[in-house]
Amino acid sequence: MPKADANSDAIVVPVTGQNAVAKRTAVRSLRSQPGRLLLYHALLLGGLFGFWYLMTEPGLIPPFYFDDPTRAKFFFGQPTEVFKRIWNWFVGGSIYLHLGVTLLETVLAFAIGTLLGLLFGLWLALSPSASTLADPYIKAMNAMPRVILAPIFAVWFGLGITSKVVFGVTLVFFIVFFNVYQGVKEVSPVVLANARMLGASGKQLLRFVYLPSATSWGFSSLHTAVGLAFVGAVVGEYLGSARGVGYLIHQAEGVFDIDTVIAGILVLTIFALILDFIVTRIENRLLVWRPGTAETEAL
Amino acid sequence: MSVAVAPASAPALLLERITCAFSSRERAGESYTAVRNTTLSIAPGEFVSVVGPTGCGKSTLLNVAAGLLQPSSGAVQVLGAPLVGINRHSGYMFQAESLMPWRNALDNVLAGLEFAGVERDESEHRAGEWLSRVGLSGFEKRYPHELSGGMRKRVALAQMLILDPQIMLMDEPFSALDIQTRQLMENELLELWSANRKSVLFITHDLEEAIALSDRVVVLSAGPGTHPIGEYLIDLPRPRDVNEIRLTPRFVELHTQIWHAMKDEVLKGYAQSRRQ
Repeated sequence: MPKADANSDAIVVPVTGQNAVAKRTAVRSLRSQPGRLLLYHALLLGGLFGFWYLMTEPGLIPPFYFDDPTRAKFFFGQPTEVFKRIWNWFVGGSIYLHLGVTLLETVLAFAIGTLLGLLFGLWLALSPSASTLADPYIKAMNAMPRVILAPIFAVWFGLGITSKVVFGVTLVFFIVFFNVYQGVKEVSPVVLANARMLGASGKQLLRFVYLPSATSWGFSSLHTAVGLAFVGAVVGEYLGSARGVGYLIHQAEGVFDIDTVIAGILVLTIFALILDFIVTRIENRLLVWRPGTAETEAL
Repeated sequence: MSVAVAPASAPALLLERITCAFSSRERAGESYTAVRNTTLSIAPGEFVSVVGPTGCGKSTLLNVAAGLLQPSSGAVQVLGAPLVGINRHSGYMFQAESLMPWRNALDNVLAGLEFAGVERDESEHRAGEWLSRVGLSGFEKRYPHELSGGMRKRVALAQMLILDPQIMLMDEPFSALDIQTRQLMENELLELWSANRKSVLFITHDLEEAIALSDRVVVLSAGPGTHPIGEYLIDLPRPRDVNEIRLTPRFVELHTQIWHAMKDEVLKGYAQSRRQ
């Protein structure tokens, strides 16, 4: 069919033209070159720290905002000092207890909150009467600014880790709960009917249909949840505790030790990133079945 | 006109005077009767197609047969016994996507065996066999989104057939496929069915498909209050090739005859869908 061939040629030519190829490689370039991407990331990070150092090191550049050359250092800290703090913490070993407490609180809040969210989400989504009854209360509790609960939890559960875990759970629970609830509601009725026709019992429907659907929705909330678990732990410590990175930051703020405050924040950030990375790894392992955006290979 | 005589042996599936009324969503108190007083019987090993205009309640009838929907009145008998709950003797192939997206092809096919408590090794073995029987060996580990529409239908077919159901209920299973893939699937279905003859209730809006596949075609009236308005025995020889059989004189004759009876109902259904 010469006519069809001519047609398809006419369509193909502009797509494979140089212009389109150039555009495509430009779009692809950074993502498909992990080495180069890493280099750019490192350069950007180095640039930020360099700028920070430049602006705060006394006498390096003539003062243009503060009268006193050491004033910038007082307000913004110094990268060299901050790294010295972190180095001393990890080499001297004084940080491990605090970091351990904070991470323990985070992981406990995350695990308990996620589990409770999953259970309640499944239960309420599968029981219409329970969900109708609980609906206004759930909405009210979610709308409530829950940070205000942290001091109350400190009174109820003391200054140990329990109050922080409970506070973190209240933050994590709702995120996971709403997503799981939605996940169960969104189960395709056809998939459900099909599983029933294949002989699934009520329990099997829960395990093989509702649960996988709910967890896939739940997982999209876990990144937010792990962040909130961290917030719960640190804010809890900040408001009243004797251990934890939040406590360290609070102590340092009390004596205007900005370097220590920033060092604490950096350590927290790094560990939050590590937790998030772990969640991503688990997610990728468990959700291989989810359609990703198809990408063609460059030839 | 070759109106079918009721089969002598006990039917595999018998729908007796089925009426399905749904409460109207717009106006409370009023109800919409999708299916009225419909009787349909399928003999063991018989391939019956039900054709009718769009929106006439074909799927409602099939859901009643599957036990997914309780009729407002009437009775369903499966292999001589009244149907309670889900129809355990039947497999159902849906029009829409019905595979579990979180399971790969193999796990989808063996789902029914897993629900029945068959051991993992054995069910995997049997599912692998079924996948190769529907031409998908090598695709065991693929997830539904990694398969084409035709492949997903094959997986759904294997998923249903692995349980060896006495009755196969099929709700326009190939309507979403392109015409070439569809004819391939129709031939494959006929091949699998001839190897192990089960009763089939096949719902379609495509008269050609119905005639090419079936032993008997039942024509439904336009809704509301759908009921059968004609039954036609299809005396075309088997084995059939759905592409070739469409060109035979007898096929054209049957098609003309049934289409003549259907035409008024199709127009009625079309007029109704425009009015809404």
